[in-house]
Amino acid sequence: MPRILNQLDWLSVLLYTIIICIGWAMIYSASLETTDPEILNFSKPYGRQIIWIGFSIFLIVLVLSLDTKFLIRFSSIIYIISILLLAGLFVFGKSIAGQVAWYSFGSFSFQPAEFTKIAVSLAISKYLSEINVVLKKPLVQIKSLLIIIMPMALILMQPDAGTALTFLAFIIPLYRKGLPHAYLVLGISVVALFLLTLKFSASSVSISVGLLSIIGLVLFRKKKVNYIKYFLFVGLAIGFVFSVNFVFNNVLLPHQQDRFEILLGNKTDIKGTGFNTYQSKVAIGSGGLTGKGWLKGTQTHGKFVPAQHTDYIFTTLAEEWGFIGSMTVLLLYLFFIIRLFIMAERQKRNFSLIYGYCVASILFIHFFINIGMVIGLLPTIGIPLPLFSYGGSSLWGFTILIFLFLKMDAERKQL
Amino acid sequence: MRKLLPLILVSVSLVIFAVDLYYIQIVDDNYKEDAIDLSVKKNYVYPQRGYIYDRDGELLVENQPAYDVMVVPFQTTDFDTLKLANLLGMTKQKLDNKIQQAINYSWKLPSRILPQLTKEEYAAIQERMYKYEGFYIQKRSLRSYDTDHAANVLGYIAEVNRRDIKKNPYYQSGDLIGRQGVEQQYEEVLRGVRGVEYIKRDRFNRNLGPYKDGSYDTLAQKGKDISLTIDIDLQAYGQKLMKGKRGGIVALEPETGEILSLVTSPNYDPSLLVGRKRSRNFTKLWNDTIAKPLYDRGLQAVYPPGSTFKALTGLIALQEEVVDTTENFHCYGGYTYARGQKMGCHDHKNPVSMINAVAHSCNSYFAQVYMRTIEKYDTPQQGIDNWHDHLTSFGLGDYLGYDLPIGRKGFIPDADYYNRAYEYPKYEWYASATISNAIGQGEVLTTPIQLANVMAAIANRGWYRKPHIIKKIEGQLIKKDKYLEKNQTTIDKENFKPIIKGLHDVYEYGTARFLRVPDIEMCGKTGTAENKTVIDGETVQLTDHSIFVAFAPKDDPQIALAVFVENGYWGSRYAGRIASLMTEKYLKGKITRKDLEQWILSHTLEEEYAKPLSGEPFEINQ
Repeated sequence: MPRILNQLDWLSVLLYTIIICIGWAMIYSASLETTDPEILNFSKPYGRQIIWIGFSIFLIVLVLSLDTKFLIRFSSIIYIISILLLAGLFVFGKSIAGQVAWYSFGSFSFQPAEFTKIAVSLAISKYLSEINVVLKKPLVQIKSLLIIIMPMALILMQPDAGTALTFLAFIIPLYRKGLPHAYLVLGISVVALFLLTLKFSASSVSISVGLLSIIGLVLFRKKKVNYIKYFLFVGLAIGFVFSVNFVFNNVLLPHQQDRFEILLGNKTDIKGTGFNTYQSKVAIGSGGLTGKGWLKGTQTHGKFVPAQHTDYIFTTLAEEWGFIGSMTVLLLYLFFIIRLFIMAERQKRNFSLIYGYCVASILFIHFFINIGMVIGLLPTIGIPLPLFSYGGSSLWGFTILIFLFLKMDAERKQL
Repeated sequence: MRKLLPLILVSVSLVIFAVDLYYIQIVDDNYKEDAIDLSVKKNYVYPQRGYIYDRDGELLVENQPAYDVMVVPFQTTDFDTLKLANLLGMTKQKLDNKIQQAINYSWKLPSRILPQLTKEEYAAIQERMYKYEGFYIQKRSLRSYDTDHAANVLGYIAEVNRRDIKKNPYYQSGDLIGRQGVEQQYEEVLRGVRGVEYIKRDRFNRNLGPYKDGSYDTLAQKGKDISLTIDIDLQAYGQKLMKGKRGGIVALEPETGEILSLVTSPNYDPSLLVGRKRSRNFTKLWNDTIAKPLYDRGLQAVYPPGSTFKALTGLIALQEEVVDTTENFHCYGGYTYARGQKMGCHDHKNPVSMINAVAHSCNSYFAQVYMRTIEKYDTPQQGIDNWHDHLTSFGLGDYLGYDLPIGRKGFIPDADYYNRAYEYPKYEWYASATISNAIGQGEVLTTPIQLANVMAAIANRGWYRKPHIIKKIEGQLIKKDKYLEKNQTTIDKENFKPIIKGLHDVYEYGTARFLRVPDIEMCGKTGTAENKTVIDGETVQLTDHSIFVAFAPKDDPQIALAVFVENGYWGSRYAGRIASLMTEKYLKGKITRKDLEQWILSHTLEEEYAKPLSGEPFEINQ
């Protein structure tokens, strides 16, 4: 045990701690009622968050004393258990606001999707670190995608599109391990074409795609181009463009459609769907350079931002600590994420490397989607800001996820 | 290459977020304003509007509380319109309209939904108002009048309109503003300044204490009380005498230029324009285009001054030294000033000189001295311009500069005017062409307050102070240079002596001999103005207007006045009687000549006013 402490990456632990502390201070401000400002009031979010944080310390000790070999060996079983937990939700889960995302035990609730991320990370790491598993093979590609898509589909059925979306993070470790570039190009093209078609129109976007493909042909005329693949790709792109409206109208739910419409500026509706984003931007924008001071945010105190202590916790920071405070926290996060990627690269075991990539990528995608939503760059997708937002499941999920990796990293020299 | 992807993603997201946050937090100020609009409630504190007193400290106008239902569209949430409409006692459609209007006016500023509830209505509604976010009740004060006349002097207050808001950013929808009279003229003095308290509020509109410890709050400043120069008893008496007649009375204190009374008839009770019935009553008054109760005849009626003008013709002639007080003129029932052109005159002692010419109001005399005045100069142009300058020195032909928001210039012709009229130099014109000016019947036009001011200038023997209606603000006498300054006329002091003697003799043996006030040396002059109207496209002459100007006492003038009664026939018939009674009332405080008073009170001119509307042929000057 003391040896583990010696080898532990204390810089990561420090960043983890700082982010959690600032997060708590924000939760305190966001859920403070002027009448009873006791810190240990367990009926209030800030009081309960102290319990969640305390339990995290216990979890950290537990994780650091685990044998990682055990984890590697049992990762398939852990994966299967997590899938069963997700499936079981439809039978035993508690329906909250139309979603069956939670198991409820009295006053305590538990969201299995948060732990699914750990299970998928372990499973992917295990599978890809096996000998002879090379991502160039289509079968391997399909298998690894299946590992990701199965839980994603179950989560989508809850329905919880936001959490499901975070599973896209696994593309990054897959790519690191050799997933062909085409997937990345394909992914980016799909997102771009989808948004462009909604913003403009199917016909104008498809004409642009056609024109671009001809320009492409002229530019690459001296290179050997597989014309069949090229035109197949262009044809598929145009086909996709024309299916966008169908997908948008028939697959997305009305509130999801609204969120896209507002993001793209096709609709302005301050009172309805755009309300959250508007209130969020007002709180952030009113912070100015240096903010209004801790516990002095008028928007935070007036409870104007919905779900402020959970998904919109960043607005409290931005309002009370201003541009300087927001940028400091953004840099802390990005520094932490980069640190995790660098640590992943220094792993000797393939399993640890891929797992490290999974951890950093999940952290990144949560961070990116949450901040993007809060400042209005992305549609409203309800996922928490890791380590910062109020909530036990999310905090514990990330704590286990991160400290498992720190444990692996600490053990790297023992091999 | 594959190892670089994380770094690229992290850097790109950092740049995107940093730029966006920089824009939202530092560049764009809209969010800061919106945050204040959302989270800070402005409580307006409307101060009491200042009281209005008369010259003797009698209270004329005070306040009563009223409650408006306001809405801030931006703060409303979904609510049951029908329920709210029922609570407010209006139809759903009307409420919807009002809310739409409020949205059109401003998303963020309060608009008025229902004006001026009584205390009882307020109590019933107030308890249930909290259910409707964005709606609240604003207390204001309305006027309460202790007088049932003088509406033309006092004016009224009304809700500001879009034009007011555009003109002066101080005002917001639902604010009250003075209209007409002293309410308009002294709006800023009476109004005071609205106070604002900034209160932090939450999403449910609950109070979270003062915003920034109240450092932005401003205190309401109470409106200032003012005292007018009006003598409300004299004003009330004038109003009483004018009952059943149309016209105006303007009484001034010659020494100071203070307006003692400003009567217009018909008038209306200022209480009609208070509260929710205001707009209905206003429309009624506005639509009365025949009696025109909103038209201030003392300030706005423009008419030829008639014979009252002869005093000025005489003064100018003396000043120009074209006649002296001893020269006699013969009057053969009129004056022939061109071949076949004769100005008629009435029967009186013959021959006449300056003093008894004024007393008898001899047309021939003044026609001749007027001709001499104009012909003294080489050209009629020079003569007319010189004559014009004398008259403008009495404040004629232009706004007098008094402190009430309405008025007319009147008209004094000059050489330019006649040159244009006669197409000079294509055609020549001569003094005789302007002869009607001598007796106030030509192109000359005046308002009653201008005539009263001329009398004040004559009473003062050559100067006047600008008429004004403000006496004190917050108990402090007004010492404005504009009203303290003596405006000198072009006539020398000694020339006033014979004219004043003549005006005095009007009461001794002249046209107003039966109107003398016992024990008071009075000076006055009758006048008659011909007037016409158009009936079915034909110009028809109506009964003359009765005009009278006066001042008294002769050697220590306390009051100068002009009385004007539409279609009252000759000068002493209505106007002269009223002027005499007004003078007695002001100087003695009581009326001794009950018969005279009774005559005026019991005679109305309603019949005369009905004639042109009857659609039948009628006789005039009966």
